[in-house]
Amino acid sequence: MTEYVLRFIAGGVIVSAFAILGDILRPKSFAGLLGAAPSVALATLAIAIVQHGTTYAAAESWTMIYGAIALACYSVVVCHLLIRLCLTALPATILAFAAWLAVAFALLASFGGAA
Amino acid sequence: MLVKMSLPALKQTRWYEYGIRFVLGGLATVLAGAMGAHFGVSVGGLFLALPAIFCASATLIESHERRAKEKAGLDGRRRGQEAAALDAAGAALGSIGLVAFAAVFHVTVSESGAAAFAAAIFAWAVVSVFAWWSRRKFRTVSHHLSSGSWSRSAHRRSVP
Repeated sequence: MTEYVLRFIAGGVIVSAFAILGDILRPKSFAGLLGAAPSVALATLAIAIVQHGTTYAAAESWTMIYGAIALACYSVVVCHLLIRLCLTALPATILAFAAWLAVAFALLASFGGAA
Repeated sequence: MLVKMSLPALKQTRWYEYGIRFVLGGLATVLAGAMGAHFGVSVGGLFLALPAIFCASATLIESHERRAKEKAGLDGRRRGQEAAALDAAGAALGSIGLVAFAAVFHVTVSESGAAAFAAAIFAWAVVSVFAWWSRRKFRTVSHHLSSGSWSRSAHRRSVP
């Protein structure tokens, strides 16, 4: 339980810090870079190293590459849903989550995890 | 356009909006850990790049832009969607940096944990900014080329 509380606080603080930085940066397309900041990864990988060691963290970071490629596809889909289908942000970001899941798990099924 | 910081932009964000992002960020991190614990390290790794906070960020950006336009007596719906789309385009470029982060961390973590974090964050920042800068340059050049060819064909049509 303590581990999950620690994860929650660490994740919340790091994500909020990147989000505040994103709020104050201009232009908006540059601030958008922080939408793909490694905020969840920083907290999770640090805990992984302490708990399981560097081999576990290395394996986790390998499949994170698939997740990041899926995030690129997700962002492009969100962009198209907003501009071409004129959806508002909330339904667009929720619908596009299907694209993230599909791409991430397809890459994992195709290429597998770290050896 | 130069990259700059606008501190007054923080006043646009309401206190509960910071709270929403904190809670979503915390939940995403807990989810990533829980997925790793239940389904193994490979599935857990995917969730390190989960777009959990993006949903809240895009919605907040859209509502800020809409409010600003509506304050000026205009319909801000389309402007809000465009601002959120710009943010998504930036995140797509930032994802290239996130791939670099994961790859550099994967290669360097066996040497030293702290050095791996430093190298990976540096790689993320450099690759993300380079991707953003390259896209701006490409867009500027293609814009100049298309406007140049348009003016040449217009000139040919006008000259008998």
